Amino acid sequence: MLVTEEKDQGEVLARMDGEVRTFLVGCGGCSEGCRTAGLPQLEKWKGILEGAGKQVTGLLMIDFLCNKTLDSIRLLRRKSQVESAESILVFSCGVGVQAVAAVAGKRVHAALNTVSLRGTPGLWRSTERCMECGECVLDWTGGICPIVSCSKSLVNGSCGGPKDGKCEVKPEQDCGWVRIYERLKALGRLGDLKRIIPPRDHKKMSGFLDWRGTRLWAVEQPAGEVARKGSGEGAGR
Amino acid sequence: MSLLSDKIGRGEFVITSEIGPPKGTNVEHCLEDAEILRGRVAAINVTDLQSAVMRVGSLAVCRLLVDRGLEPVLQMVCRDRNRISLQSELLSATILGVENVLCLTGDHNTLGDHPTSKPVFDLDSVGLLQAATGLMAGKDMVGNALEGSPRFCLGAVVTPCGEPLDLQLIKMEKKIEAGARFFQTQAVYEPEVFETFMRKVESFRVPVLVGIVLLKSAGMAKFMNANVAGVKVPKPLIDRMAAASKDDRTRVSIEIAGDLIRRMKDMCQGVHIMPLGWDKYVPAVLDAAGM
Repeated sequence: MLVTEEKDQGEVLARMDGEVRTFLVGCGGCSEGCRTAGLPQLEKWKGILEGAGKQVTGLLMIDFLCNKTLDSIRLLRRKSQVESAESILVFSCGVGVQAVAAVAGKRVHAALNTVSLRGTPGLWRSTERCMECGECVLDWTGGICPIVSCSKSLVNGSCGGPKDGKCEVKPEQDCGWVRIYERLKALGRLGDLKRIIPPRDHKKMSGFLDWRGTRLWAVEQPAGEVARKGSGEGAGR
Repeated sequence: MSLLSDKIGRGEFVITSEIGPPKGTNVEHCLEDAEILRGRVAAINVTDLQSAVMRVGSLAVCRLLVDRGLEPVLQMVCRDRNRISLQSELLSATILGVENVLCLTGDHNTLGDHPTSKPVFDLDSVGLLQAATGLMAGKDMVGNALEGSPRFCLGAVVTPCGEPLDLQLIKMEKKIEAGARFFQTQAVYEPEVFETFMRKVESFRVPVLVGIVLLKSAGMAKFMNANVAGVKVPKPLIDRMAAASKDDRTRVSIEIAGDLIRRMKDMCQGVHIMPLGWDKYVPAVLDAAGM
């Protein structure tokens, strides 16, 4: 299962700076399992956003956001609510955020950081992938993950390498940064690229510490590991 | 202060070139290449494991140049070292008398001679520039105080003929914000395209040294067109190289490079010549360009 945690509220609000209307989408799969999505969380965030002077045009839970076909159908049913929003705040792993971005034609914001992929990952990963970096930057990249779609996982723009829109390393693959550029251009948001994204905290890529004490974490561990830990002979010593 | 930094500060036209460290311990040839450039360039770039090929490191050769009274530009890529090692190397550069540093992301290791190696890319070129700028201010990346801080003249690269150009420009602005004081460009063979680029970056007010790669043959030009991102050698230049007899090829190559510099020198603030082993012809290129 994909383990997600809530982003800092201030960080999410800062990323939505200048926007008034937003639509909230939560994933009923892994994120609900982590209690980071689900209607109570969406309701809580509706309150936070309204408290910050914003309007929430609608709330929607989808069981599994990683399925783009399902996303399209469900978002279409809420067409007017989605269209009247300037952005969509997505409560899911990075796969779900990218899937929504791919079908919604709107700016997306990630409400969560994806910190670990244990057991069954997103059921419909398609071309969207999540490396569980724990510092989701999809807000700034048009909902296309540069960690996954750039061969060098660059976060501040392309290298000198795109050739006719293709990656120099894997010529059969589109350059992730050219895709991000085209997406942001279509959204009228090229300015998002001007932000310098700081180097990542690689500790977050090995599962978030707060999660290690939870039952959810324990049930996703290889059998026996928890018991060994209890006897003082934990792995890695 | 380095000569390069001084010239940039005074707004003078800057000429740089580059040498590549050897694969193996015989460094004489590489130092001979550097010697040819003496008195003709402000500084000599020393490439950092160029094309992801394992060889002698840039910093060691930079120090050999310093010992000989030549001014190096230390090239640093992010492919092979994490942020601990990169910052350490920057400090090492300072105590070895190297001030000019060119910060690059680096070619991917799968394109080099050790394709099964682990790529690092812990920082990107922007992050490396920020780290170097921070060290100059006396702090490492996590804010720890340094006992003695370094001084750098920081540079970066840009691809003027790269597509989409907006992506290049946005990253160039980030590099400037992160501390880049000069830019050396990817090879340019199209003065008209370069002129458009220079008009767009005029407002950035950072010196741009146009990149010149000596064409060795028509085959090399075609190879670059097919494989090197952001480089396009126009057909008339390829035809000129193809029409030249084997004995005449170097003369034509020098003539082409000289012409390109003449046509572009007034658009920008300097020239960076990448001879790719043809270092001995650099003085002739500069003569042909009237410099």
